[in-house]
Amino acid sequence: MGLVRNVAQMKPGEVGVVSGFTDDHLSVKLMEMGCLPGAPVRFNFSAPLGDPICISVAGYELSLRLEEAATISILN
Amino acid sequence: MAPASKTKIALVGNPNSGKSSLFNQLTGLNQKVGNFPGVTVDKKSGFTTLADGTVVEIVDLPGIYSIYPRSLDERIVSEILLDHRSAELPDKIVVVADATNLKRSLLLLTQIVDMGLPVMLVLNMMDLVAKAGISYDFTALSKRLGVPVVAVNARKGEGIKELKEQFSKPLAVSQQPCFTIWEEAKAPVKALRDALGVDNDYEAYLYLEQPDSLKFLPADSKSKVDHIRTGHKFFPGKFQGAETIQRYSYIQDLLNDITLRASDHSWKKYSNQLDRILTHKVWGYLIFLGLLMLIFQAIFAWATVPMDFIDALFADVSQWVGAALPAGPATSLLAEGIIPGLGGIVIFVPQIAILFAFISILEESGYMARVVFLMDKIMRRFGLNGKSVVPLISGVACAIPAIMATRTIDNWKERTITIMITPLISCSARLPIFTIIIALIVPNETALGFFNLQGLALMGLYLLGFVMAIASAWIMNLIIRVRERSYLVMEMPTYRVPKWSNVGYTILEKTKAFVLEAGKVIMAISIVLWVLASYGPGDITARAQESVQQESANLRLTEEGLQDRVAARKLEYSYAGIIGKAIEPAIRPLGYDWKIGIALITSFAAREVFVGTMATIYSIGSAGDEDETTIKTRMREEVNPETGGARFTPAVGFSLLLFYTFAMQCMSTIAVVYRETKGWKWPLLQFAYMTALAYISAFIVYQVMR
Repeated sequence: MGLVRNVAQMKPGEVGVVSGFTDDHLSVKLMEMGCLPGAPVRFNFSAPLGDPICISVAGYELSLRLEEAATISILN
Repeated sequence: MAPASKTKIALVGNPNSGKSSLFNQLTGLNQKVGNFPGVTVDKKSGFTTLADGTVVEIVDLPGIYSIYPRSLDERIVSEILLDHRSAELPDKIVVVADATNLKRSLLLLTQIVDMGLPVMLVLNMMDLVAKAGISYDFTALSKRLGVPVVAVNARKGEGIKELKEQFSKPLAVSQQPCFTIWEEAKAPVKALRDALGVDNDYEAYLYLEQPDSLKFLPADSKSKVDHIRTGHKFFPGKFQGAETIQRYSYIQDLLNDITLRASDHSWKKYSNQLDRILTHKVWGYLIFLGLLMLIFQAIFAWATVPMDFIDALFADVSQWVGAALPAGPATSLLAEGIIPGLGGIVIFVPQIAILFAFISILEESGYMARVVFLMDKIMRRFGLNGKSVVPLISGVACAIPAIMATRTIDNWKERTITIMITPLISCSARLPIFTIIIALIVPNETALGFFNLQGLALMGLYLLGFVMAIASAWIMNLIIRVRERSYLVMEMPTYRVPKWSNVGYTILEKTKAFVLEAGKVIMAISIVLWVLASYGPGDITARAQESVQQESANLRLTEEGLQDRVAARKLEYSYAGIIGKAIEPAIRPLGYDWKIGIALITSFAAREVFVGTMATIYSIGSAGDEDETTIKTRMREEVNPETGGARFTPAVGFSLLLFYTFAMQCMSTIAVVYRETKGWKWPLLQFAYMTALAYISAFIVYQVMR
């Protein structure tokens, strides 16, 4: 796909690779927690109301809101 | 040896790295919670004895992911580590790493190494790593980083002996820099080191990056830092992302060299399957609801046994002291002021202990993160955060620990709103008032076959408090306009069986904090109220005796009956009585007289004092406060002189119930909100809005039902 996708658009079980961030402020926090460009990321499941979501990255599970997930660009 | 000269060892590490378990393993019961100077962040410290007999102090610092803070709690770590001249600066730093996520912990470790501080690395949870099929070359890791590495299993207490041996050895500062400062930043860093004599480049660099963590600097040094920052056009946060990337690339190289086998992640499966049920759209909420009901059941049903015992014990002690010591103001202060005041604090200990047992189990097991996950979207609509759930649940027992629990919410607005609405959740101190008034005005009958009307009324009041809390949050969310982004980004820890000793330590710590924090205020107010209720203009005892004797000369009262009447009359003449009469015009529209006014004032220390005051006012003091039937009968018989009917009509009763549901009738909560928000603005606003809410709703219900 030529389009740049982000983590919020992934489907449960889907795996991608972090390619970049669209929010400078948030990217710093995410990177500190090991969510770095080049890291594989897996969309695990979303909360019953669709938001927040749970992803696997850097060997552990991370939960974040959809709007936060939307700032993580992926390649797959 | 004076405690100040003891070696101080600080534990730092990521949240969920097992730092607290290690702290508990090292210090056992030998720990205390204090405050860092000038801030409200809890300082957990304790002592441990090394093999050679020396005692060292262990300080448990708040969990952080990096030296760049994101919340109040986290800021204290960078403040302490940056202030190299402070008494708080640890002699040795231990970075506790979750070995299953070593990469992330190494980020923090490399930052502390670069700050030029003596540090060692503790790899916790090596058992889980081994299960996943990974092993690390510790010698190579230690050599590359220039820091000692110790593997432990904090849950089982393995490796503690080796760690203590490491504590005994001198700890040198690592000479292996992990991070290269950018060309652009070199000039300001050098200027800063020349101007302030800061020990090393990275430390100077952090001075530039974190202006808010430099509270320890004298004003002139601080302005020098600001000057250098603006002079070199350096703005905080500029290179933070790039620094993280540089460090992780260094860490990745390091890990590639020291990791001996790759992981297959199979041990995580268990956790994921549990999540399928626990965060399921139906089961997830049902299980959470069930847990809530279990917690409420425990707080309200199981806790009553020890509470009744404490209540009776303090009543006995108070009576015994009153009888055994020679009569006089000192005895009276002790028997009627201090001992009941103490009792009023201790009585909440069972509920607080049970509540924190549950909360700690939920947190230890990793379930709490799932509750936040389940509730975040709902809570966000009302300006709250998924993390607001814990304070709101705690509020059912007591608002004080609940408000202290809001510190985990990073976002200022969400935290403030949570603090503001938490006291609307009906706490256990309201229960005695609710029970007695409901019993007075709601018939003990069953409706629709199995609903007890009194039970329904009680449940209604709890619901009302909750709904009003949510509604207030929604309104405050509209009013408070802050352009601060709210974050959730939160680790979902792997499910684990709770470590019971950690649960025990949490219960002890929270109960102690409550007894000391709330205790001080309740105690002080109890004494003030005792003075107000025992003294008045002139000799009120003589006046009360005289007037009672005059009017009851031909009533042939028993000695006890006479005494009770004197006590009641004395209260009327006291300052409390005078204030009660003074506020009567204001509370008359709610259906209250000056007697209820006195109870409103005295119950300001703690709401449940209402019942005791009612007992005194209605001259049944000697029947004992705990004798509910007597108070109920007496209150039922009380006549309203204006109408000739009963004083406690349903209108007055419901008015009182609503008043106590909404009113901020609690000094200790005000004190804790002051402490947590660092000012009078929020506690005063909170007092004002809750009192207004209470007054208006009590007014409406009385005027409509009358």
